[in-house]
Amino acid sequence: MEKSDVKVKVLGSWSSPFVLRARIALNIKSVNYEFLQERLWEGKSELLLKSNPVHKKIPVLIHGEQPICESLIIVQYIDEAWSSGPSILPSDPYERATARFWAAYLDEKWFPSMRSVGIAQGDDAKKAAIAQVEEGLALLEEAFAKCSKGKAFFGGDQIGFLDISFGSFLGWLRVTEKMSETKLLSEAKTPALLSWAHKFCSHPAVKDVMPDTEKLAEFSKTILARFRGAAPPKS
Amino acid sequence: MANEKVKLHGFWVSPFANRVKWALKLKGIEYEYMEEDVWNKSNLLIQLNPVYKKVPVLVHNGKVILESFLILEYIDETWNQNPLLLPQDPSQRALTRFWAKFAEEKIFEAAFNALCSHGDEQKKAVQLTMEAMEKIEGELKGKQQFFGGESIGYLDIILGWISYMLPVFEEVGSVQILDPVKFPATIAWSNRFLNHPVIKDTLPPKEKMLVYFQERRHIISCANLGWIKF
Repeated sequence: MEKSDVKVKVLGSWSSPFVLRARIALNIKSVNYEFLQERLWEGKSELLLKSNPVHKKIPVLIHGEQPICESLIIVQYIDEAWSSGPSILPSDPYERATARFWAAYLDEKWFPSMRSVGIAQGDDAKKAAIAQVEEGLALLEEAFAKCSKGKAFFGGDQIGFLDISFGSFLGWLRVTEKMSETKLLSEAKTPALLSWAHKFCSHPAVKDVMPDTEKLAEFSKTILARFRGAAPPKS
Repeated sequence: MANEKVKLHGFWVSPFANRVKWALKLKGIEYEYMEEDVWNKSNLLIQLNPVYKKVPVLVHNGKVILESFLILEYIDETWNQNPLLLPQDPSQRALTRFWAKFAEEKIFEAAFNALCSHGDEQKKAVQLTMEAMEKIEGELKGKQQFFGGESIGYLDIILGWISYMLPVFEEVGSVQILDPVKFPATIAWSNRFLNHPVIKDTLPPKEKMLVYFQERRHIISCANLGWIKF
């Protein structure tokens, strides 16, 4: 049963890569949804606290009355609940396990290493943090070759679970490149990922929801400023 | 799927590897077991799992599958005979995956820390473990035999360590977590789980576990390393 007449909402924020995953997945399935932007500085909404009482975090997908939490779980839910749309997970169990493995790796190891670049104090610390990110990207470049089998995306001809899981971080990756004045994705080291990133961001399911890098960079400065107790820069 | 080569690389006391054993046995899948010494890793293990260098590793007809959660889903999808480990309904599947992730992040981590720490840090770890377990206790209320219903499912397997390993942590750490007043449903579930024919014959010997975790606690306390997972 498609439940196509049932209301779909996404609770989140334009800047969150995790929220972006849910939106891209819904776009792939051509599902209409209402996007509810959480207020950034005034505390979490009642709806968020009610829908995700355990973690109180975004994204939350609300399908009818049912809340679904945790971005990778949400994407899998979207794939399974709207089963007649284009598939997001591969159909082969081994390929599914591989896509899920790299998605978990991204969340548990790679994204934290990228966040460390922003926080690192001093040149040596920054260099070390960047080296870690690049190590991860080298693994992902290899994974891309295996998963894509010569096609444009990790998912093959169409964007799939791992494209969404990784691609959602591209905005922040570009901000990190800008702030650290380093190219993390490059023709020299990660040619396949560089080309993939461009195709991903231009994809119809992605381009209208991927946050603008400049806007993200400004937002990142605002967060840092608040964190350090200064007044946020005028927007 | 008969006569296909299935190999599980595990470590005798690893609760993560045990999950895979349970899943394979529940489905009646024949497999070869390879014991790995995680404290002296073989070249083969490092080759199979270069990113994390951990067990369990499932090798099925040459394909390598890593991470216990993912191996369970792989097993369920590849051998889709009964018992099905995950529910069929998408929202039930999402909830199952949600609680599995929650339990791993909030219960196991905190319980292991309770095992290895002392004083205030240990008190805090016990408190965090119990707070997280209250959520699982809530989920068990009104359930039949198991999280999976009449038969053991994915979430039972993921949480199964609570039944046989958490009491060991409690004894070694000299703490009480499984309070029968606070967790009656969890304890009842735990007893049913332990008595299941597939489970009770695949548990590491309690005495051996006690010695192992005593040593872990001692080493970690001496080195003051805080969080270390095997």
